[in-house]
Amino acid sequence: MNGLDWIVLLVTMVGIAAYGAWHTRHTDHLDTYLRGSKTTRWGTIGISVMATQASAITFLSIPGQGFESGIGFVQNYFGLPLALIIVSAVFLPIYRRLGVYTAYEFLGSRFDAKTRLLGAGLFLLQRGLAAGVTIYAPAIILATVLGWRLDLTIIGTGLLVIVYTVTGGSEAVNLTQKWQMGIIFGGMMIAFLILLVRLPAGLGFGGAAHIAGAMGKLQAVDFSFDPEKRYTLWTGLFGGLFLSLSYFGTDQSQVQRYIGGAALREGRLGLMFNALLKIPMQFSILLLGALLFVFYQFQPAPVFYNRVEWQHYVGGSNGAVFRALEERHATLHAAEQERIRAWLDTRDHGNVAAEPAARVAMLAAQEATEAVRKEAKAALIAADPLAKTKDSDYVFIGFILDQLPHGVIGLLIAVMIAAALGSKAGELNALGTTTTIDLWRHFRPLAAHDEARNVRVAKWFTAFWGAVAIAFALFAGFAENLIEAINIIGSIFYGVVLGIFLVAFFLKHVRGTAVFWAAVVAQTLIFALYLLRHRFPALDISYLWYNLIGCAVCVALSLMLQIMLRDSTGQAPASV
Amino acid sequence: MKPRPSDPPTSDESPGVPGFRTWGGIYFFVFLWFVLAVALLALFSRWFA
Repeated sequence: MNGLDWIVLLVTMVGIAAYGAWHTRHTDHLDTYLRGSKTTRWGTIGISVMATQASAITFLSIPGQGFESGIGFVQNYFGLPLALIIVSAVFLPIYRRLGVYTAYEFLGSRFDAKTRLLGAGLFLLQRGLAAGVTIYAPAIILATVLGWRLDLTIIGTGLLVIVYTVTGGSEAVNLTQKWQMGIIFGGMMIAFLILLVRLPAGLGFGGAAHIAGAMGKLQAVDFSFDPEKRYTLWTGLFGGLFLSLSYFGTDQSQVQRYIGGAALREGRLGLMFNALLKIPMQFSILLLGALLFVFYQFQPAPVFYNRVEWQHYVGGSNGAVFRALEERHATLHAAEQERIRAWLDTRDHGNVAAEPAARVAMLAAQEATEAVRKEAKAALIAADPLAKTKDSDYVFIGFILDQLPHGVIGLLIAVMIAAALGSKAGELNALGTTTTIDLWRHFRPLAAHDEARNVRVAKWFTAFWGAVAIAFALFAGFAENLIEAINIIGSIFYGVVLGIFLVAFFLKHVRGTAVFWAAVVAQTLIFALYLLRHRFPALDISYLWYNLIGCAVCVALSLMLQIMLRDSTGQAPASV
Repeated sequence: MKPRPSDPPTSDESPGVPGFRTWGGIYFFVFLWFVLAVALLALFSRWFA
């Protein structure tokens, strides 16, 4: 990065944060602080929902996922539009009608205090854990690649988001997310266009897509029923539906984004905006990764994309081993490029007879190159068992630094940080709100009438959770695949929370005690499934299924327990 | 503290989107779009395989 990049980065990031904090500095009404301005329109709500979900990992890891495994990850989002329809039709009108600040307040009015506390507690636990990951994930990658200090990167981005989120609450979050998403969309589009321009002359998008497809990177939909496959149409539809329903319908960081606004219509249209755009957006980011794969077929490609870490070992005592791997990779990579060109030649000349053999030769060359990459990762582990071997997160950032002009590099780094700030702000806002409304006010009911004090307490809790996230990011070690780490944490908790809400919305005869104990048992079961998955291979299923299992067990047990409790107490049905 | 504002019980107002009179119509449109997106993705995979 040079001076121009730093100017672009600092002006956009600090400028947006300062604008958000300044514009909302007089937010002292609890309703505005927690739910945003009453005049918020659907476009702002839609962008805010999108920005809260799209963290920096979306733009760092997902192109890497497309590069390494192809675009099949898009199936993870297949349940999302259906879930948003259900949230818009069923959940949102009830939240609006009850005028709640948090989704868990609804559980209190529908069931009882202990079920409300359980819902809020599960949210605080899982979102508090994820909060550390969302701040750590971009920081570790940017610090590694740019040579920044990791601790200062975490503290710097953490403090920036705390300042405006504490100052203006929901209103500041909505306002800044709008500008941040503008930077993100603009930056990603520029990166995509430059990538297309940098492809070899005459190849174009079509040629590059044919290469990516032939090399197995464009398999978007997998219809197989293999339960061991992580991403198929079915895991996406069913697991993804439950994950999205739980995330958008019951996770306060999302609920808070759409329960405000001028009218019910605005929240609904904001959700439908996401239902329409999310799959195309994720597809575009994955496709960018698949095209990066093609781009690096025609460029000198590193054997390991986390070049800083690789150079550390090249310069070490076993440097000769790593240099030998580099040389072998370079030779095989050149051979692979020749095979690709030979295959393209058969296609361009309509040589149908020679095409299958050329394709087989190309795939064999790809396999040989991949084998050396695997050897390189094994060599890293042999040199240091704690070495980080997942390099796909470094592919896109490496492309940005190597291939984009100065100024645009600063803009793309700003994209990553803007995404981190946008999602972090939504999380902190929700954590602060839930702690204030569902815990603090629950234990201090008399203080609920002092509006100014409520706002002050909400600000303190928001700052507290910001500090927790920074501390967690500074001192915790995280799984290498960060986007999966967040989804796994979510899936462990979301199914059960969704079960509680589905019972609340659709099974009106079930009461609080039944659903509370059903949720406790279901959550214990999901923990056991997760913890025992390595000991019992039969339990090693895709984490997306935890959503469905947790939800189904919670609902079924609630029904059973309610029958047992009704028999013993003769409880009357409840109403929403 | 002022009571929190909430929508009246019958707040299922018209979507106010040209071409759509009910929310059911909007949801059907979004569902069709989703089916079309999955079909296009499957075709895309097949075309470039």
